[in-house]
Amino acid sequence: MGFTIGTLLAFSFAVSLIALAALIWAISRRQFNVTQRDAMMILPEGEEGKVDDPTSHASDGHAAPESPPMTREWRRLLLFMFISAIVWLLVGSAFGLIASLKLHLPDWLNGSPELTFGRVRTMHLNAVAYGWLSLAGIGTALWVLPTIFRTPLRHPTLILLGGLLWNVGVLAGLLAVASGWTEGLEWLEFPWQVDLVLAAGGAFLAVPLIMTAAARTVGHIYVTGWYLLAAMAWFPILFVLANLPGIHSGVQEATVNWWFAHNVLGLWLTPLGVGAAYYFIPKIIGKPIFSYRLSLIGFWGLALFYSQVGIHHLIGGPVPTWVVTLSVVQSVMMLIPVIAVAINQHVLWMRNLGAFRVSLPLRFIAIGALMYTFASVQGSLEALRVINTVTHFTHYTVGHAHLGAYAFVTLVMFGSFYYMLPRITGKSWPMPYLIGLHFWLVFLGFLIYFFALTIGGWLQGLAMLDGSRDWLESMQLTVPYLEARSIGGFMMVLGHLLFAVNVLSLILGRGARQGASQQDVRVTTEAGA
Amino acid sequence: MNRILPLVIVALAILAFATLLLVAAPAAQITSVEPPEDLQPYTPAQARGRDHYVSLGCVYCHTQQPRDPAQGPDAQRGWGRPSTPADYVYDQPHQLGTMRTGPDLLNVGARLPSRSWQLTHLYQPRAITPSSLMPGFPFLFEEKNSAGEGDVVVPVPERYRPEGKVIVARQEALDLADYLLSLDRTYEATRLDLRDNGFQAEEAGNR
Repeated sequence: MGFTIGTLLAFSFAVSLIALAALIWAISRRQFNVTQRDAMMILPEGEEGKVDDPTSHASDGHAAPESPPMTREWRRLLLFMFISAIVWLLVGSAFGLIASLKLHLPDWLNGSPELTFGRVRTMHLNAVAYGWLSLAGIGTALWVLPTIFRTPLRHPTLILLGGLLWNVGVLAGLLAVASGWTEGLEWLEFPWQVDLVLAAGGAFLAVPLIMTAAARTVGHIYVTGWYLLAAMAWFPILFVLANLPGIHSGVQEATVNWWFAHNVLGLWLTPLGVGAAYYFIPKIIGKPIFSYRLSLIGFWGLALFYSQVGIHHLIGGPVPTWVVTLSVVQSVMMLIPVIAVAINQHVLWMRNLGAFRVSLPLRFIAIGALMYTFASVQGSLEALRVINTVTHFTHYTVGHAHLGAYAFVTLVMFGSFYYMLPRITGKSWPMPYLIGLHFWLVFLGFLIYFFALTIGGWLQGLAMLDGSRDWLESMQLTVPYLEARSIGGFMMVLGHLLFAVNVLSLILGRGARQGASQQDVRVTTEAGA
Repeated sequence: MNRILPLVIVALAILAFATLLLVAAPAAQITSVEPPEDLQPYTPAQARGRDHYVSLGCVYCHTQQPRDPAQGPDAQRGWGRPSTPADYVYDQPHQLGTMRTGPDLLNVGARLPSRSWQLTHLYQPRAITPSSLMPGFPFLFEEKNSAGEGDVVVPVPERYRPEGKVIVARQEALDLADYLLSLDRTYEATRLDLRDNGFQAEEAGNR
């Protein structure tokens, strides 16, 4: 098999490099027709440079004229998606907190199999990944895509059916896991019968969105559209292929498992988050991203490199060396698209700190985008053998996972919701001070969470590798860090409750009609921020 | 970037390329592996026990993939030699795991071969290791006033069980223990070339 190892590895790396070189050549020779002017298309004419923020006074009288008119069906659909996403956020974070507490209180809630750690942890992951993050991301796409395409959403009723099916699938999957009916693979726990429901729901969501894209009235597809449309194409294929029952076993199944699991992050949650950030950061600030051409490198680099990193979850394991090395190399190559996105987004908001201070949605989204950079750079380093040997198999990895899925994607979604919901309901946030409180609770809670697991996990890994220390030490030393993580997690859950209360009172009509009482909004925002 | 079809087609082609490399190519290599002579398929009881192992989510704290001595002291801790794809031919779903809140279990049957030990530990891990963070699984056992005929009584120390009761293993606990005791890959490894030997190379480089 000597030839397979060398040739396949060299082959893949060479193809990736050639593709990257071809892309850079094409951009420099203007083969791709994107210009900085295209980056301005999301900003309404005459509004450049004005902060557009529905949570503060800075946006007085600033509607969203570039959006298609809000219809009853569209509003009903968006609210359904957002509310159900928030319900899964609350359910998922409750399970997360229970699982966290169980790690240092092992005799708590021990009487039934439904509440054993292995099931509660799994319900947490699936509720937040497929319930909260997926529905929040799709919901955001359902508002952003018609807006950047300047055309009404096609078949909103069909999409509503898709959203209903998706919710039924998530609920059924969680009940299955609770009762012990699981596929037994990380990120693929839902039984394949349940996956059929999710796949059908996903199809009803994706097809009308693609039809909407096809019916657009603008010539250019804005960068957010690339990410969201590609994600809608990637995820269904990944999900169906990975869930086909009874095909794989043993180590070969493990490679399928991690090919899928990392692609859920790289080709689904990441494009949903990066795509949203690419829209909202320039939209709120009122200025285009730093370099529109650079965003091509960010997008195609992500597709090319991220899709091959999955086997870094099996470093040091019973899989052929060449696949592991391939994934390690491509993990490091991820630095290229990540730096491209970082330059584009961070230069813009860091040059406009005035907007950052004024706009709470921008604060969530810009910090979320910054965390994407941190999470990705950390991920590239973590894939190196010399670091992975310490961090793999420890709580350090859990901290990293939450830097990506929480501090990045979830914060971006919070900010997007705060921006979109006043536009959708035509009302102002009834309790704007809760937005600032929400931000600080989840941000500080997350910092405690992250540093506790990062430090504790690193020490755990060092102890595990030290043959002169009893293995038990590596577990005992984590206890204070696990307790700190529960405190951080508790603050995050508290923040989620404030978020839910605010959204609920907005929808139930406590918020003032927009434009009616700007004076009140101004005062309370300043107090809250 | 003004058209949808080329965008989606290239995006999918890149995914297909990744799938070829991460799924198809390793599969072609690994599926040629013969089952080792000394590895038996699971008995019905062991297979039921494995199902409980999967459904209770043991994999979220226990790996089943000892590392190479060049990488870590796994063998020294009694967790076994580095594993190869042949060691997993009867495993579906795979339970390689990604977390070691608890120790590796691929050879726990060889390391801790006592059924009473395993059953006690499943009922209340802290009866054996006071600082353990593992949850107990009391719902796999029955608390009885006295043992009946054919009951497997678990020797749980008095302070860890209700006063005056005896702890009897249910079928689920017996099956799970059977599975754990079957975990024994102490025979000689085959096809070591099919595992990740990257750390050996690194160590050789450091010498």
